[in-house]
Amino acid sequence: MGQREGAAGLTTHAPQAAQAVTLPTTLDEAVAALTALPAAVPVAGGTDLMSAVNSGQLRPTALVGLGRISEIRGWQYQDGHALLGAGLTHARMGRPDFAALIPALAAAARAAGPPHIRNAGTLGGNVASAAPTGDALPVLAALEATLVIAGAGGARRDVPVSHLLAGVEMLGPGELIGYVRVPLLHAPQVFLKATGRTGPGRAVASVAVVLDPARRGVRCAVGAIAPMPLRPLDAEHWVAQLIDWDNGRAIVPEALDAFGEYVAAACIPDPVPAEDGSVQQLPPAVLHLRRTVAALSRRALGRALS
Amino acid sequence: MSSDAVTATTEPARDPDAPPHGLGVSLPAADARAKTEGTFPYAADLWAEGLLWAAVLRSPHPHARILSIDTTHAREMPGVRAVITHEDVPGTPVHGRGTADRPVFASEVVRHHGEPIAAVAADHPDTARMAAAAVIVEYEVLDPVTDPEQAFEAEPLHPDGNLIRHIPLHHGDPEAAGDVVVEGLYRIGRQDPAPIGAEAGLAVPRPDGGVELYLASTDPHADRDTLAACYGLEPERVKVVVTGVPGATADREDRGFQIPLGLLALRTGCPVKLTATREESFLGHAHRHPTLLRYRHHADAEGRLVKVEAQVLLDAGAYADTSAEVLAAAVAFACGPYVVPNAFIEGWAVRTNNPPSGHVRGEGVMQVCAAHEAQMDKLARNLGIDPAELRLRNVLATGDVLPTGQTVTCPAPVAELLQAVRDHALPPLPKDAPEDDWLLPGGPEGAGEPDAVRRGVGYAVGMVHMLGAEGADEVSTATVKVHDGVATVLCAAVESGQGFTTLARQIVQETLGIDEVHVAPVDTDQPPAGAGCRGRHTWVSGGAVERAAKMVRTQVLQPLAHKFGMSTELLQINDGRITSYDGVLSTTVTEAMDGKELWATAQCRPHPTEPLDESGQGDAFVGLAFCAIRAVVDVDVELGSVRVVELALAQDVGRILNPAQLAARIEAGVTQGVGIALTENLRTPRGLVRHPDLTGYALPTALDAPDIRIVKLVEERDVVAPFGAKAVSAVPVVTSPAAIASAVRAATGRPVNRLPIRPQAAVVTAP
Repeated sequence: MGQREGAAGLTTHAPQAAQAVTLPTTLDEAVAALTALPAAVPVAGGTDLMSAVNSGQLRPTALVGLGRISEIRGWQYQDGHALLGAGLTHARMGRPDFAALIPALAAAARAAGPPHIRNAGTLGGNVASAAPTGDALPVLAALEATLVIAGAGGARRDVPVSHLLAGVEMLGPGELIGYVRVPLLHAPQVFLKATGRTGPGRAVASVAVVLDPARRGVRCAVGAIAPMPLRPLDAEHWVAQLIDWDNGRAIVPEALDAFGEYVAAACIPDPVPAEDGSVQQLPPAVLHLRRTVAALSRRALGRALS
Repeated sequence: MSSDAVTATTEPARDPDAPPHGLGVSLPAADARAKTEGTFPYAADLWAEGLLWAAVLRSPHPHARILSIDTTHAREMPGVRAVITHEDVPGTPVHGRGTADRPVFASEVVRHHGEPIAAVAADHPDTARMAAAAVIVEYEVLDPVTDPEQAFEAEPLHPDGNLIRHIPLHHGDPEAAGDVVVEGLYRIGRQDPAPIGAEAGLAVPRPDGGVELYLASTDPHADRDTLAACYGLEPERVKVVVTGVPGATADREDRGFQIPLGLLALRTGCPVKLTATREESFLGHAHRHPTLLRYRHHADAEGRLVKVEAQVLLDAGAYADTSAEVLAAAVAFACGPYVVPNAFIEGWAVRTNNPPSGHVRGEGVMQVCAAHEAQMDKLARNLGIDPAELRLRNVLATGDVLPTGQTVTCPAPVAELLQAVRDHALPPLPKDAPEDDWLLPGGPEGAGEPDAVRRGVGYAVGMVHMLGAEGADEVSTATVKVHDGVATVLCAAVESGQGFTTLARQIVQETLGIDEVHVAPVDTDQPPAGAGCRGRHTWVSGGAVERAAKMVRTQVLQPLAHKFGMSTELLQINDGRITSYDGVLSTTVTEAMDGKELWATAQCRPHPTEPLDESGQGDAFVGLAFCAIRAVVDVDVELGSVRVVELALAQDVGRILNPAQLAARIEAGVTQGVGIALTENLRTPRGLVRHPDLTGYALPTALDAPDIRIVKLVEERDVVAPFGAKAVSAVPVVTSPAAIASAVRAATGRPVNRLPIRPQAAVVTAP
């Protein structure tokens, strides 16, 4: 097949339309740019945003690029916590040094998609787009992470990640997610996700389990099956009592099975009996999802304790 | 790769450093560099000065009556240059690939989600899309018929009725009965061809009132004829120029946008371009037929098939497209490559309000293969016979009779293929190779747990027919020109990635001994070569190129032979040198041509076929190709996730013309089959296409693709085919889903009667 340039005045290059793009280098400059141009849309990795732009669902008149804000591309330590920059990419979080700090978040980052998505997509973007299938979200929910929101005039406020995901507290105009504060627990953490395939895919269900040996607690969150990660609090408290914390965190295998069932039933409850007492069966696809959550929770806790 | 029969033509020793040359070598594709570097021009890359952008308004409903269409607002939008509806089609208002039953624009009724209603040309793509959205269509929404089983009883969805074709195939004794009877009901989902490059095109008006369309067409002459008929123009005034084709495993182009594109160019007098979004692409082009199959196999105590009864119901969607041909293939090959003395197959293709189905590689045959192979597994289980052994007791060979009454005259080494895959060493189990990194079902960061993983091994054999069936005139024309030691091939066979241009270069190199061969770009000013499907270009277009090249060869050699008083058969051309049998004469092709330019045009037309009669009998098929696959899968039986570990394949290829290209075609076909088996299903609840994007519609990635082992390529020449070569792309697509399902059955003990295999169907609940 030959080149066709020139035939009938045809070329293969279309002129590109110019766009208003601001590239601030600090968080406060970015907030100022957003405040000055309320119609501007902040863009970090762009993995969600640009597909909306390309499909014509979003036509931003201006963009504020967050990629040059170096202060949010790394992390720092702050009294037993890590202050993670919202601009951390999944690729960066997947590396061994990060995995030694927050293993579940590293595992979620490695599972988050193909390499080109992980190279671009960011932690803050995962929270801001708040897709039910966002892989970092159940981990942040299990870690009870706190978002540090940057506002006008250098203002900073803390919002628990679950509040933002549940819509209890929202980002105000001109506000940006600056950092995510997560506790450093120095204990095993597991993130597991079921997809429909072997290659990278969106989660059908995902489970994050983190151990908190100092408080002798187990925290668990289930992602992708609801608009936001679900916390089976009763199951967490129940199973934490069954772990022999002083003896290598031993647990009887039956307790692992029961924990899986407990979590699954908490997240996907049985239908409420109708007034005449008849119980409607869950549809087969939902039953399978419940089985999947049970298997993931059991495996996740089993790996965390092993 | 076996190559026992490659050395049939005597090749003199060549310079080992010379580039590969001629048939049987792995000549690389000429466009590989441009495609790798991103400079290869696809339809979506084209640009013309002053062009307008088109957008098509598509129906949001699967079934509705159109009460009114108001284009006033759209027309008044600044930047909009034309808005057209059904009232603006000057020629034939309907079109269609198999049957002309599809309106260019819906006028009274919309019959599927995504049916075109109006089109807009504007100075910016966004303006065009907004204007299309501003066309006010008043609908009376009707209940869609989405279940093909309901189509028989439903009100006619189309003036032609709901039954597109019915074939009752009767072969043998209806009273015959076997010792063992197994039954099954199978469902196959809707696969989308999902070409990597979505549809795009550019239409440029001509000063003579005609129009030129730059399209990624795979059947340019048929598209040209349809376009001309719809425009009310003579075919000579419409020209289709084929641009780079970004992937085609089907009739990739959607005429629903091609026709409006040219109409808008004619109306505005400006070039008009359209690049479909991925969503439009999913809505526009034809899909694989979703199929419902009911089977009953009778066998004797030794497992020999006595009788097969089957019902095959194809969901054709709203328009007929090529459904009648697809049904013929599904019914004729419903029993698979087995000897079946008594067969009673009923097939129907029916109209529904689902998106239209059409030609996708291995159409019709892929669906029945999944079902007949599931039946063979059931028989094996019932009789306690090894599944491969049971198949071997029934396989077809040359000289056997198909259920259509046609005798298999081509090579049919099915037993040899099946034995080859069965005898190939199995891949090691993780416990035997603990150092290796084992990819568990669910992927590298997945949730797979070794304790829950079970391995299964399954077999399938499959067959496809090559070229159009039932009397279709499968002709192709090619021209070969030689000047200054350079050969040029002109043939309207479209290179869609299948490698035709590489093959054409090899054929000319082989015949004329000229290294430098170019293949000219394709347009409809050339004589037709037909659609690129069912392996036709390897056969008919390759055959036409060979004949044309041989005619040029005779023209070169005739004067020399005459001069030296010998016949042309005694002269050989190798590496651009002409030598006589005795070595006395030795000259170069360039010298022999003496500055002349030589042209020759030839046609290739295979032997004729006949339509299936009212009981499904007839010599309907030109050629057959066969394949056997052994699948090895790992299944996480708690999560139901499946990983295909290895597919070992043996195929009947006739003759290997380009080993690397052949292996690539087989790997591509097998991977497409992995998609059908595990993930690819375009969901259309209540007739509405859901998740029309590549996130919701999961194509296999590199991690989903298994190890593909080509265990054996049987080179038994098909004497009626040019070079004795068989088409290779379709039969792995047909066979691999059945093999994977068979392996999942073996791993889980579950019936697995639906493709793609849903995780809940691969879960083992009881310990």
